[in-house]
Amino acid sequence: MRQLARNRVALAFGALFVAIVVLCLLAPVYAKDIAHTTPDANHITETVDVGGKRVDVVSPTGVPIGPTWKGRFLLGADANGRDVAVRLLYGGRNSLEIAAIATLITMMLAIVLGTLAGYMRGLTDGLLSRLFDLVWAYPAVLLGVALGVALAVGGIDLGVFTLHSGSLLIPAFVIGIVFFPYVAKPLRAQVLSLREREFVDAARVMGYPPPFGAIRIMLGEILPNLASTIVVFVPLIVANAILLEAGLSYLGAGVQDPSPSWGTMIADGIRLIPGAIHLVLVPGIMLALTVLSVNVFADGVRDALDPKASLRGRV
Amino acid sequence: MARPLPALAGGPAPRAEPVSDARTRRSSWIVWFLLRRAASLVAVLFAITVLTFLIFQAIPDGDPALRMAGRLASPQQVRDIREQWGFDKPIYVQYAKTMEKVLDGSVISYTQQINVEQEIVRDLPPTISLALGAGVIWLVFGVLFGLLSAVYAGRFLDRLLSVIALGGISMPVFFLGAIMLYWLGYEWGLLPLGGYVGLTVNPWEWLTHMLMPWVALSVVSIGVYSRVLRANVLDTMGEDFVRTARAKGLSRRRVLIRHVLRNSLMGIVTLWGLDFAWVIGGGAILVESVFNLGGVGQYAAQSIGRLDVPPVMVITMLVACAVVVLSAVVDVVYALLDPRVRLS
Repeated sequence: MRQLARNRVALAFGALFVAIVVLCLLAPVYAKDIAHTTPDANHITETVDVGGKRVDVVSPTGVPIGPTWKGRFLLGADANGRDVAVRLLYGGRNSLEIAAIATLITMMLAIVLGTLAGYMRGLTDGLLSRLFDLVWAYPAVLLGVALGVALAVGGIDLGVFTLHSGSLLIPAFVIGIVFFPYVAKPLRAQVLSLREREFVDAARVMGYPPPFGAIRIMLGEILPNLASTIVVFVPLIVANAILLEAGLSYLGAGVQDPSPSWGTMIADGIRLIPGAIHLVLVPGIMLALTVLSVNVFADGVRDALDPKASLRGRV
Repeated sequence: MARPLPALAGGPAPRAEPVSDARTRRSSWIVWFLLRRAASLVAVLFAITVLTFLIFQAIPDGDPALRMAGRLASPQQVRDIREQWGFDKPIYVQYAKTMEKVLDGSVISYTQQINVEQEIVRDLPPTISLALGAGVIWLVFGVLFGLLSAVYAGRFLDRLLSVIALGGISMPVFFLGAIMLYWLGYEWGLLPLGGYVGLTVNPWEWLTHMLMPWVALSVVSIGVYSRVLRANVLDTMGEDFVRTARAKGLSRRRVLIRHVLRNSLMGIVTLWGLDFAWVIGGGAILVESVFNLGGVGQYAAQSIGRLDVPPVMVITMLVACAVVVLSAVVDVVYALLDPRVRLS
């Protein structure tokens, strides 16, 4: 912790990420009190005051207005006359929500399955490791896009658990599954070596009887020792989940219209590219900045938790 | 871009352990190893095709017969199509039928009704140009930046390169591609606005058309590789043999190149082999779509959008195949380069 506190750059970027999160959470406030619109409201036929002149929100040739730097259309409008700044914040909310849920799913799956595989060894390990390999060998974007499109079209109905098409949980679920082997594999390897350590033997000798003894050892003895690995992985997964969500949405396999997302906003913007570059720049810069802030923070966390990662011998 | 933690993507890493007579038995090791890898390849491919098939069959509204027949089809037409394509059979029969067609190269896509394998072969040149070119670029620049970063560790150049690397890792490829298209292609007119020209048709045009896609695809990997190499080099610098080499009077540069870099490159070689396959199935989809290269990745993206199972299945199999084969090749190369490694 003290290591991390001394790393000013990492802290600054961590603060930047928090600021972005807060900003996105305040999206409804901004929409209502400053921009006086909603993310889906269509202003295609209206005009707006820029420097004393009335300007069409979307010109007759279909080119939307660029940034006005005022309350209304602060960052311009899109082809449907919607306020880009409002959509940016709502899109950020969706992206961050998906990334958070996806990270939760990844970590849960990875911790449970990785620990089980490493501790149980034998057949359990064999089966689970094959599962990790299967998901790992399945090309991530292809798997994500395939699952995303398949689910986005029809939703999913597993009896107790129903997701409608268009639900934000679908991309979150897809991304969570895609990433879990990357965490589960190293966790399994770590558990394999942890279970041979003396303190685990001691716990066994102290008489944790099977089968619940194994669960108690996993929870009480093994899991606390995985904490630092888990902490290192969380921001990494968050950053990659945000990127994958944007990529999936860009390809039409993530967040579905009319919900905004940075990925879909960029995809919409690319179609209008010569006329309205702000439609690509605004969400793109926001996306890159968010991911960068998480990555820099993750770097700081890794350095703080792994003292070996700092400078070693010099030639 | 959505490229999951390549630094951690190391597959089953070969374990380094002291072996007494490994050298004499090396060739038989490799044969055994390849046989086992071939068996696991078949298993993985089987599982992946089943999974792909299930994903698309699990779609409630995904009845391919309805989609093929179009909006105005009569129930009779839908029934005919269903019968003709075997959609009325149990799912394992459908799977077997599709796989049979995949293996003898006669797969027809649902929506366009053209031969999938011929389409893929036609789309391969842009994808291979993209992957090979980007692979070389990211290897060269990743190693260069990583080495510089490690040599100047803690100083300004290291900080600067670290920031650039993290920026590269955080850059969504389709955003980078779009802004390059806008400024380099549209505003300044330096490079063509997407599309692909064959190498044999016009080498210069080929190069100018590929330049932006290469950069877009390799930026993320340059970031990752320079970070990994930096860590590896710093690790190796702390080893005893490096101190010994310096102590016996070798120059700094010689130790750095001959002893440190050679050892540190091992991990990079492994990573490169795996990433190469990854790129075909991951970043290439996005980059090809942005630059309209018309490669396999773009074909996959379009087919997925149309819920067209056969092309997605064949492409997924190809990529999975490439991942497994390349990771086996990497392990063998690794063992040949490093006499301490035993293939297990």
